[in-house]
Amino acid sequence: MSELEIRALTVSIAGKYVCRDFSLALHAGTCLGLLGSNGAGKTTLLHTLAGLHTPDSGEILLHGAPLNTLPRRRIAQQLGLLMQQQEDSLPASVLETALIGRHPHIEFWRWESHADVNIARRALKMVGLDGLEQRMQTQLSGGERRRLAIATVLTQDPHIFLLDEPAHQLDLHHQLALLRHFAALAREQGRILIMSLHDVNLATRFCDQALMLFGAGETLCGDSAEILTAGNLSRLYQTPVVPLNWAGGTVFVPDQTREAGHT
Amino acid sequence: MQRRLQPVSLLVALAVLTIIAFFIALAVGSVHLPLRGVIEALGGGADPLTRTLVLQLRLPRAVTAFATGGLLALAGALMQVLLRNPLADPYILGVSGGAAAGALTSLLLGLAGIWVSGSAFVGALVSTLIVFALAHGRGGWTPTRLLLTGIVVAFGWGAIISLLLVLSNNASLRGMLFWLMGDLSYRSSGWLPLMVVSAGLAVCLPFARHLNVLARGETLAEALGIAVRPFTIAIYVGASLFTAVAVTEAGAIGFVGLVIPHMLRLVSGSDHRTLLPGAVLLGGSLLMLADTLARTIVAPQQLPVGVVTAAIGVPIFLYLLNRARGPL
Repeated sequence: MSELEIRALTVSIAGKYVCRDFSLALHAGTCLGLLGSNGAGKTTLLHTLAGLHTPDSGEILLHGAPLNTLPRRRIAQQLGLLMQQQEDSLPASVLETALIGRHPHIEFWRWESHADVNIARRALKMVGLDGLEQRMQTQLSGGERRRLAIATVLTQDPHIFLLDEPAHQLDLHHQLALLRHFAALAREQGRILIMSLHDVNLATRFCDQALMLFGAGETLCGDSAEILTAGNLSRLYQTPVVPLNWAGGTVFVPDQTREAGHT
Repeated sequence: MQRRLQPVSLLVALAVLTIIAFFIALAVGSVHLPLRGVIEALGGGADPLTRTLVLQLRLPRAVTAFATGGLLALAGALMQVLLRNPLADPYILGVSGGAAAGALTSLLLGLAGIWVSGSAFVGALVSTLIVFALAHGRGGWTPTRLLLTGIVVAFGWGAIISLLLVLSNNASLRGMLFWLMGDLSYRSSGWLPLMVVSAGLAVCLPFARHLNVLARGETLAEALGIAVRPFTIAIYVGASLFTAVAVTEAGAIGFVGLVIPHMLRLVSGSDHRTLLPGAVLLGGSLLMLADTLARTIVAPQQLPVGVVTAAIGVPIFLYLLNRARGPL
């Protein structure tokens, strides 16, 4: 039995289809990259998989159980969502914010244990925020807040990570360090990663599978080595893309010669 | 980075403050009583005059003041989480406006006592239901929508209140103004609001960690396993009920519900497991002290307690806000 299974899923938002009749089974250790232009529905699809958006039809099975029959807390114990944006109108410290991730694992009447605090501290160390634990989250920079949100989902420690643009706002070092960490979680511990990315080259590097959302419900899903081609990517982004080969592999870049020809 | 007080020491300090405020409220007044006399009277001893003064006049008033302050601070903390807006207070959604319209109508009709508090309570409930139904509407119930609905309904009540004030005769006008500014002289025995605040805190405390999560946004709370919709409805109903009881007891006492939760956040952080009991104790103490002052500053005249609350609270809050380096 696959750990997360999508059956004939049709999702739409505001009258626009995100995917139609889409099926996919995800097994332990999979890292799925979600690609699409702005407004193609990447966030909506991730929220649907997290049970926060109701699909038009179809089913999502978490370890064989339909997602919509499970209590929210059970879902949150297995499935973590990194949101694209985080509201923070009321003040809280960095450590308090990370500890929020333990919420689904702590019994109703209990306080966070030392073990929970240690998990949060380890996550903060992982994202490079150790030493800032008592700082207010409103005093952090944009990139630091983003890393704090990542630390919160790492503290939640779910089996399935749904990451909405995890690389967004991060500097090059943290992009690579954190995606490497997530990839290692998938490879070594059999976790499942589904992440939306705007940088195609991060997808080719870290994702073994890719799902392209073309808009209007059209999707293309498969091994990233097979479907992440210049042709598909050019169509996906409506922008000519060419592969550049070098010793480290293939990278895709916008085709400036043809761009110039366009204008 | 400033140091924050540990939760336990904060709550112990607030409990001590509450006890001190309680005895001050019982000892100070038109007749100053020695502390020993107060304690004896509470134990059933002391001379009859002291006993009457303490048990029948000052005790009910102190209990009412404590419970009202506690309810307002608790409701304020809940509203701030529900709306995720630091400017939210118990009255922001129009509960006090409805209560005031009800109470003032009774006062205008020359009614007193139970009629005034009864119609205030009914007015508060009506206002709660109106805002709830309208904000729910079709589809979503976002904090912004709730806030706007509440504020507009509050404006409506404000117009009705002005109308009632204009229509009133001079005899009832003074009572009405006192009611609007918050006044504890229509007090009941105080045990009912005390029971409500105790029960309310007991019900809210186990959900304090849920409140911590909800404070970071509804989607995140949902993703972290909270059934957000029933939870927010429960918060709304609870906060409205606490406010309705407080307003019914003591009129529209401003300031406590807005500022007490912020004071605690500035001093000890935003964990609702300390914030909620802390708010009840600090709100209760502040109102007991304010009421004592209101009774004594210009005795035998009484000031509306709302005026004194602001006089104590505004400088303290501004000091704390100024001392805190970070943004609120």
